[in-house]
Amino acid sequence: MPLISSSVASAAACVGACSGQPAPDTHGAVLSNDWVNREYKHLILQAGHPAADARAGQFFHLLCPATPSDSPFFRRPMSTYRADPLSGRVEFLYKVTGSGTRGLASLEAGDTLPMLGPLGVGFSLPPVARQIVVLGRGVGLATLAPLSDLAANAGVGVTAILSARDDDSLMSQDRFAATGASMIEVTDQAGTSTVENVERILRELHAAGRADAFYTCGSSRLTRLMQRLGKELAIPGEVAMEQQMACGIGMCYCCVHAFREGEKLVSKRVCWDGPVFPLAEVA
Amino acid sequence: MMLDLSIDLGGLRLLNPVMPASGTFAEGLANTIDINRLGAFVTKTITHEKRSGNPVPRVAEVHSGMLNAIGIPSKGTDYFIQETVPFYRHFSPPLVVSISAPSNDGFAQLAAQLSCVPGVAAIEANISCPNIEEDGKAFAMHARSTAQVVRALRTSTSLPVWVKLTPNTGEIAAVAKAAEDEGADAIVVANTILGMAIDIHTRRPKLGNVMGGLSGPAVKPIVVRMVYQCHRAVSIPIIGCGGIANADDAIEFMLAGASAIQVGTATFVHPAAMIDVLDGLASYCQRKGLANLNGLIGAVEDTGFVPFEAMA
Repeated sequence: MPLISSSVASAAACVGACSGQPAPDTHGAVLSNDWVNREYKHLILQAGHPAADARAGQFFHLLCPATPSDSPFFRRPMSTYRADPLSGRVEFLYKVTGSGTRGLASLEAGDTLPMLGPLGVGFSLPPVARQIVVLGRGVGLATLAPLSDLAANAGVGVTAILSARDDDSLMSQDRFAATGASMIEVTDQAGTSTVENVERILRELHAAGRADAFYTCGSSRLTRLMQRLGKELAIPGEVAMEQQMACGIGMCYCCVHAFREGEKLVSKRVCWDGPVFPLAEVA
Repeated sequence: MMLDLSIDLGGLRLLNPVMPASGTFAEGLANTIDINRLGAFVTKTITHEKRSGNPVPRVAEVHSGMLNAIGIPSKGTDYFIQETVPFYRHFSPPLVVSISAPSNDGFAQLAAQLSCVPGVAAIEANISCPNIEEDGKAFAMHARSTAQVVRALRTSTSLPVWVKLTPNTGEIAAVAKAAEDEGADAIVVANTILGMAIDIHTRRPKLGNVMGGLSGPAVKPIVVRMVYQCHRAVSIPIIGCGGIANADDAIEFMLAGASAIQVGTATFVHPAAMIDVLDGLASYCQRKGLANLNGLIGAVEDTGFVPFEAMA
């Protein structure tokens, strides 16, 4: 029985049996953690290699600090808003809602944050795609933002449909704009964010030859819509799933979801087999 | 002085006493820590048949711990032997396979089948999962049902048999003795404690299975007590498991009577928890001038308290 001494070598040994990608517990140094509106904060960390090599759609398992009023026990999975291998920076855009994100919100420049990752399977572009459509709502847009870089680097055009409650809650416009994506904003306030209206927009984009692939995140309403249209119009697609997690690395089987494999329904781990899955497989 | 952390667990020698608790360890951890440093590998419980597991949510965070009701999803024994065991052959620690079955015969057949698989070093019989049957019923709730299943296991395999007990019984020492009398090589003390949590806004149980097993730092004093009680009742080795998150916790379990320890929930929060426990254990021994672990096991000094005689 061969003895393998380093964790990297061990990872190499598990190619085929597991993803094999080293996922160290990095101590990210907080550079800034600013409010972007009343509900969302933007956290920027100096994390270096391999954290900053995270691909679009991958996530980190964050050890959110305790505060005088909150003691989050588990880590919190959070998808990457931006990862830049050149600068070594990793960024997160998050809504402050519970004990974990309230803990994250307490971080200040100079603090450190244990961040396990990058983890999971990220987004991919079909080889034939020239134009993709990205549809997201609220915090889901943070997960989808790195897709704009992935697409731009591959010479693929992006139309981003950004959905939110109102204009102030729209996220990530600058990220999409920076890569030359065209943006369509829909809000509850303007009455444009209904499934019917978004479906009309998607059909128009398809008719105009601007929808070779669909991408979405989180919202089951939007996932169902893209899944249904994708099937009808033969457009492939992917969805980044959200699910409560404990370990984040495929050990505990807490974050399972049902997927279709042919005629069968199979259970998959969102942290390990995803979080990005083919739209057509989501049950 | 050379420090020797190796430990003899009823015929199976481990290079150190630190291993994962069943259900909290899988191949993915090899991407994050050097799993060759562990004393042993303990797999997630497998069953003969394929099982889908419990409805979500399967986990809830509570103060200093977690409630879980995963429900032993299993791809079946054939998949395990063909896909999982070969992965661990790349590594040096012995592979301990956790098994579950609905009957004495089922346990015996599964143990017999695994005995022929190269690379399987021991069986951990999970006769204590609180999440399979209604209200946490399990073989290890009673000495009599424990004796029957351990007897069936003992006649079916020559591999070392570890028996994992439940803290939900009121007679842990009698259950431990029953396991020893029927030939168990070691006991694992203990599985999770049956618990429940309710969302006060939705009025829904926080687990899809309604009830589930409590683990993490919240349970540690209860399980230390049970290890202590078992140590007084049996002479086979005890593997302590319950809320161990650092070396201090591990040493506390050893003083109570554990020869080895399992780390579970802590790994979910700190993937390197087992490595930290191992390093901390070594530095504790060096600081205390201990050459090995023998002087720690069951070494709690529990006598000499003076009776308090003054009347209120």
